[in-house]
Amino acid sequence: MRLRKATALTASAVALTLAATACGGDDDGGDGGGGGEFVIGIKFDQPGLGLMNPDGDYVGFDVDVATYIAGELGYEPDQIVFEEAPSPERENLLSRGDVDMIVASYSISEEREERVDFAGPYFLAHQDLLVRADYEVPDEEAINDMTLCSVSGSTSAANVQRDFAPDAALEEYNTYSECLTGLENGAIDALTTDDSILAGYAAQETHQGKFALAGLQLSDEYYGVGLPKDSEDLDAVNEAITAMVEDGSWDQFVEEHFGPAGYEPEPAPEIGARP
Amino acid sequence: MSNLSVLYDAPGPRARRRNVYYAIGFLAVLVGGAWWLVSTLQDKGQLEWSQWEPFFTDSRVWTTFLLPGLENTLIAAGLSMAIALPLGALLGIGRLSDHWWVRVPAGAIVEFFRAIPVLLLMLFANEAYALWTDVDRSVRPLYAVVTGLVLYNASVLAEVVRAGVLSLPKGQADAARAVGMRKGQLMLYVLLPQAVTAMLPAIVSQLVVIVKDTALGGALLGYSELLGSVGLIDGNYANLLAAFAVVAVLYIVLNFLLTSFASWLEGRIRRGKRSTGAVLTTDMNEEMAMAGDVPGATDGAAGGGGPGRT
Amino acid sequence: MFDFLDLDRYDLFGAFWTTVQLTVFSAIGSLILGTLLAAMRVSPVPVMRAFGTAYVHIFRNTPLTLIIVACSQLLALTLGMTMWADVGTDTMGFRLAVLGFVVYTSTFVCEAVRSGINTVPVGQAEAARALGLSFAQVLTMIVLPQAFRSVVAPLANVLIALTKNTTVAAAIGVSEAALLMRDMIEQEAQLVPIATLFAFGFIVLTLPTGLLLGRLSKRVAVKR
Repeated sequence: MRLRKATALTASAVALTLAATACGGDDDGGDGGGGGEFVIGIKFDQPGLGLMNPDGDYVGFDVDVATYIAGELGYEPDQIVFEEAPSPERENLLSRGDVDMIVASYSISEEREERVDFAGPYFLAHQDLLVRADYEVPDEEAINDMTLCSVSGSTSAANVQRDFAPDAALEEYNTYSECLTGLENGAIDALTTDDSILAGYAAQETHQGKFALAGLQLSDEYYGVGLPKDSEDLDAVNEAITAMVEDGSWDQFVEEHFGPAGYEPEPAPEIGARP
Repeated sequence: MSNLSVLYDAPGPRARRRNVYYAIGFLAVLVGGAWWLVSTLQDKGQLEWSQWEPFFTDSRVWTTFLLPGLENTLIAAGLSMAIALPLGALLGIGRLSDHWWVRVPAGAIVEFFRAIPVLLLMLFANEAYALWTDVDRSVRPLYAVVTGLVLYNASVLAEVVRAGVLSLPKGQADAARAVGMRKGQLMLYVLLPQAVTAMLPAIVSQLVVIVKDTALGGALLGYSELLGSVGLIDGNYANLLAAFAVVAVLYIVLNFLLTSFASWLEGRIRRGKRSTGAVLTTDMNEEMAMAGDVPGATDGAAGGGGPGRT
Repeated sequence: MFDFLDLDRYDLFGAFWTTVQLTVFSAIGSLILGTLLAAMRVSPVPVMRAFGTAYVHIFRNTPLTLIIVACSQLLALTLGMTMWADVGTDTMGFRLAVLGFVVYTSTFVCEAVRSGINTVPVGQAEAARALGLSFAQVLTMIVLPQAFRSVVAPLANVLIALTKNTTVAAAIGVSEAALLMRDMIEQEAQLVPIATLFAFGFIVLTLPTGLLLGRLSKRVAVKR
């Protein structure tokens, strides 16, 4: 008898778990694919570009650009659904039709253009170094003697080893902020990636005054708006970007998100510019 | 040898004094290490209030980042447990079947999925759902995480159940047959309940593994579980180490609750049932529970049974 | 199907060799630390018993990824314990990863050994004490040798789990199999064949280990 009671107890525990999870599942199931929605892939954890803030809203330069473009395409802000677009997944998200558009510090490259269409570019960034505020980087030669850090598998990391500092020691971690721990404590000399991303970290409240951009333009990164191959929205998105630059919104977004970091990016690039 | 004091004599005055010296020395090392840790962290500014403040003063850290992450971890872990437990029992029984065409495939499945890292299983599952099903993107990572966890843990649980059944005295099966039970009844009413009871701690430790392994889905599949919320918190407050520490505490508390619940449940099941004849007794199992991902999950030759005890 | 497999470009065997090295070093380390912890948990000194119990409960309940990242973030980058290797070198990442695996896996070894101690009949220890052996002597000469023989199988399972767990070292940039896999997927964009290849690699590593040690466990088991 006792055993039976215990079995019943286990069964009810399992049933409870199931019920609880079923409720949880419903919450997630609602979005995506519904009528009139426009799904945009952005970053969720990149200060300055695309970040989920404590209120659950999304803020950053890419977010504003995406919202503006969606507005020009005829979507109200409440029709926009933001999805996280992790870097290695971006092409797959577009080709599977999981998202309609990606605005996530997405550099245009030949390899990527084989799999997706790019509108724009809407921004020109350069690979740069983020160093401690009291640290001087005289020239590109000096990078060879430094300990660098970047995210594993990223193009920035590959550039370092291939192009401008083959002798530099390179640490690779999962996220940029893991590099920052080492940078702050002197275990690492510089964090390297696009200056737009670096500016976001330098401007974080608890980091202010600690780090500085070295100001080296190590590469040209043209950020494009990723669209599925042969998308019919391509021209409309290009027109939206042109309008955004012409009516001053672009400058306003730059000022709002990069101003606090003291980062002054290049003027908006020409539509159709390629590396 | 559950009463461990058999390993040493009751300490006399001299031994007691020596033990005190040992204790003091050991404590000194511990305290020294802790002091060094705290002071270095202090030097590096990691213990500054600003790093930790958000967790105490800003409730949005919890409502926006940590609690949804915890909820997703619980959903994935709960679903995986609910599916993996029965599936594991089925596979375990299948491996004990008299028919080779049940035994061999069940054995192959178990050995195969036990040999592959869970992370890879999740990746495969994610790709398979994307290619061949129309599971919506918003729930696909969840499906992939649960599928990977179920495949791996069901295989492990199958071995645990099998070891449990094999550890039972032969008399149980003989007696059941003698009263005319069929094979299915024998397994369902006699062997399985005893095996599950005997192996409960091992099963629970596997459930803890499930909770921890949900974290693997975050990094590669973008499933927003508890560990993944560290990145979001750090993006807003730039307090990586503090965020890691808080999340670690949450995991430890969660798993501690799980194991405590299990030992309470075990106590209820076992009360007054010490004479079932199962070779594995309570104390024995408490230890076996922790012997690794597949504790005692062998064919009873070694760790599975502890025939030395009475 | 496997035309992406450019062995000049991708050091497949090197990566799996790193996986094997990670496994072997971590296994040796965890065996030592795990046995020490088990000894602490059965020792006559209450402080040591408490420490052993707390250690096992804390580290067994924390996800491995967290432990590995903590090794790199907290120990190496914040506290400056670089394991006698230069910052930014592969050696540092490797040693930190081994340390993390030892910290985590030793909890499982400890509990396996402790369960092995429980399978040793009480009479063995009583006889040893009757001969006047001290705690350390009882443990190292009488109980542990018998305990180990009865937990070969659970330890084999711990070893297999450890082999697969080494994939987590990719999180701090140790160039083992999982990191190479991530690179190859990124560059070749062929997820399924590449993942299949690596899954096969792990089967090759773990299946024979399991079978061999399973056999060994039957041979050395103490017949009672």
